[in-house]
Amino acid sequence: MWQRTVDWLTYGLLNLNKNSLFGGAVNFFIYDVIKIIFLLFVVVFGIAIIRSFLSPEKIKAILTNKNKYVGNVLAALFGIVTPFCSCSAVPLFIGFVESGIPLGVTFSFLIASPVINEIALGLLWSYFGLKIALIYVISGLTIAVFVGVIIDKLGLESWVEEFVYQIKVGKSANEAAQITFRARSKDAWAYTFGLVKKILPYIALGIGIGAFIHGYAPEDLLVRVAAKTNPFTVPAAVLIGVPLYSNAAGIIPIVTALISKGVPMGTALAFMMAVTALSLPEMIILRKVLKKPLLATFFGIVTIAIIFTGYLFNALI
Amino acid sequence: MEIKILGPGCKNCKKFEANAVEAIGKLGIDAEVEKIIDIVEIMSYGIFSTPALVVDGEVKVSGRVPSIDEIMGLLRS
Repeated sequence: MWQRTVDWLTYGLLNLNKNSLFGGAVNFFIYDVIKIIFLLFVVVFGIAIIRSFLSPEKIKAILTNKNKYVGNVLAALFGIVTPFCSCSAVPLFIGFVESGIPLGVTFSFLIASPVINEIALGLLWSYFGLKIALIYVISGLTIAVFVGVIIDKLGLESWVEEFVYQIKVGKSANEAAQITFRARSKDAWAYTFGLVKKILPYIALGIGIGAFIHGYAPEDLLVRVAAKTNPFTVPAAVLIGVPLYSNAAGIIPIVTALISKGVPMGTALAFMMAVTALSLPEMIILRKVLKKPLLATFFGIVTIAIIFTGYLFNALI
Repeated sequence: MEIKILGPGCKNCKKFEANAVEAIGKLGIDAEVEKIIDIVEIMSYGIFSTPALVVDGEVKVSGRVPSIDEIMGLLRS
């Protein structure tokens, strides 16, 4: 339905040649913009509503005194709905550790939070459908649970900055215990609108570049460089992805175009996870509470897990 | 009235502070705004996400940036 409207717009209203490269690129651009904005609103709004029911205080209460493995899974699930930012990561980490939640469980949360990114989820859904989007969520959850369990087994508690253990968290403030669904929706809507507005320029830029690649880049070039049979593409994609962070939203449309030109799905997903999950700003935030060896271990294990996921996807799809 | 804004200095914290200062100005009340950036002190208020607003020792908002109108309402009551 959307495709027909967009076809009418580009080939009818704008009178572009259906068979020209430029016409194709414009059509691709308009169609993507409409679809992406719609699905982003759906995903971001949905997650914002779920989040309004799960305050950090509530999550902490649920995770306290849970069986370790159950705790890892729950923590990873909660991580999905919690955005990772400098405002929440450090206080949450301290709050978790202080209330006796095991370090491994805390890490499952810390990993899932940036790995499973609501914007990436919305974009994947709009480009590849719900199935791929769900696979992205499940592999992110698996990484979070798995790495959390490993960190727990390694017994790295002494590599957390000492001051974290000395902090006495004050009695929990119980702000806004009862709010109406109307108020929740209003807050969630404001959040969604603000977020989508903020990332829109990046998305437009990404789609623009994507449309260009879609129309112009020679197909066999990329296939030759990033073929499934080349074992180095997955680690290379991950290593390129780690320093890229701020443009996560804009990078995904480019990835899409790359996939349409023959880059394997697993390589592309690994690249995207590296972009969203590992970054320098994140490292700086976590350095406040983690000593360097633990920080390095954390980044190392997550990197390996992402590379592994990339190989797995390439083998499966 | 003693008003504290808790936050490590992220974007949201700055926006929060600007909103709070504006709200106080609109109400025309005599209040001192103090910024708390030390994480140990922030945690002593029992909050798990910043920015947060503390009025006379009581946590009013945490983990989000309220509008100027909302802050005005909180300060009035």
